[in-house]
Amino acid sequence: MQCPKCHAMMHTYNRNGVQIEQCSGCRGIFLDYGELESLTRLESQWSQQAPPPAPAPQAYPAPPAPAWGAPHHGGHHGHHRNKSFGRMLFSS
Amino acid sequence: MARAVSADLVRALGTAARVAAHAAPRDCACSAPVLADRSDGTVVRHGDLVVKAHASDTDRAGLDVQLAVAAHPALAGILLAPLPGPPRTELDGRPLTYWPHGTPVDPEHPEHAPWEAAGDLLARLHRTPVGTLPRPLPPMRGPRKAAEALARMRKAGPHPVAAVIERAWAALPAWARAEAPLTHATALCHGDLHLGQLVHHEGRWLLIDIDDLGTGDPAWDLARPAAWYAAGLLPPDEWARFLGAYRAAGGPAVPAEGDPWPALDVPAKALTVQTAALAVAKSLRESRALDEVEESVVQSCDRIGALPAELT
Repeated sequence: MQCPKCHAMMHTYNRNGVQIEQCSGCRGIFLDYGELESLTRLESQWSQQAPPPAPAPQAYPAPPAPAWGAPHHGGHHGHHRNKSFGRMLFSS
Repeated sequence: MARAVSADLVRALGTAARVAAHAAPRDCACSAPVLADRSDGTVVRHGDLVVKAHASDTDRAGLDVQLAVAAHPALAGILLAPLPGPPRTELDGRPLTYWPHGTPVDPEHPEHAPWEAAGDLLARLHRTPVGTLPRPLPPMRGPRKAAEALARMRKAGPHPVAAVIERAWAALPAWARAEAPLTHATALCHGDLHLGQLVHHEGRWLLIDIDDLGTGDPAWDLARPAAWYAAGLLPPDEWARFLGAYRAAGGPAVPAEGDPWPALDVPAKALTVQTAALAVAKSLRESRALDEVEESVVQSCDRIGALPAELT
């Protein structure tokens, strides 16, 4: 197949199951009927599977906790450091 | 009545401390503050000397071995050594032991707690070869203390959350409830670690309190901070400092890397139940509701009781 723009030869490539023709001269791409839709669909699937953005770095990564540990560990510690926990830290 | 007896004991203990501290006791003008006054341990300071009256039902032979271990060179720099001289006397049916004074962690400022020192000291305690020490050391009393806490809660009367605590207790293996001997570990253990068990003496932190010293599962000594962390009370960075120092010093209770919880799980559950049971008993005695911190430990019990039971 010849490029409709520069008339150089076009080569066929397979990209994720979609056949595309690329011109060996001007690097232009020719898509068959439905191929643009296929690529768009693949692109949207890829962005859904992408991992969530990394959380903000912490000074200390929270160490592992047991299965029976308090939920939301690492969240609301400040207000717990009260007199009662102070006594508990020093009690048998 | 109990208070009057206690006051008499404290007075007599103060005299014993003064006599031990001075060649001419009548001339002294030292103050003799009471550092602790409980049925299981009354502690009076006199100058640089501290006298402890242990519980009347203390096993004397076991206490003598524990004292000899604390005085052993292998424990230098780890456990506070008793004062040289006759190791112990008796007063009102309670054994007395004599110690140098060390500065404790300030209870008003637990944020200054020396977590690294605590982890390092425990690791070195646990690494001490038991074969070289005076014997026979009693089994570490951790599980026994947990069972005693449950007994105290039951004796204190009914409480709405008692069933939650009992369910978590029933989910523990028999050895952790002191209903079967502990056979899986024989490290030298402290048996009752908390921030009151550290004193600064001659430029370094040392562990004190030998009453529960014995051989057993070293994970028990990490279990109280672990329980506080699991309940969401101890901040992650303080737990990480303690555990990190323990691992850095080669502590054998947990693997050097990776998840420490398979080793800590049962002892931390036991300390959670023990802490909750004592909180309930205390709240009943003081005719008050549980506070927010005590409630969070009870909530830990609730989650423990909801898990599949441990194999015994």
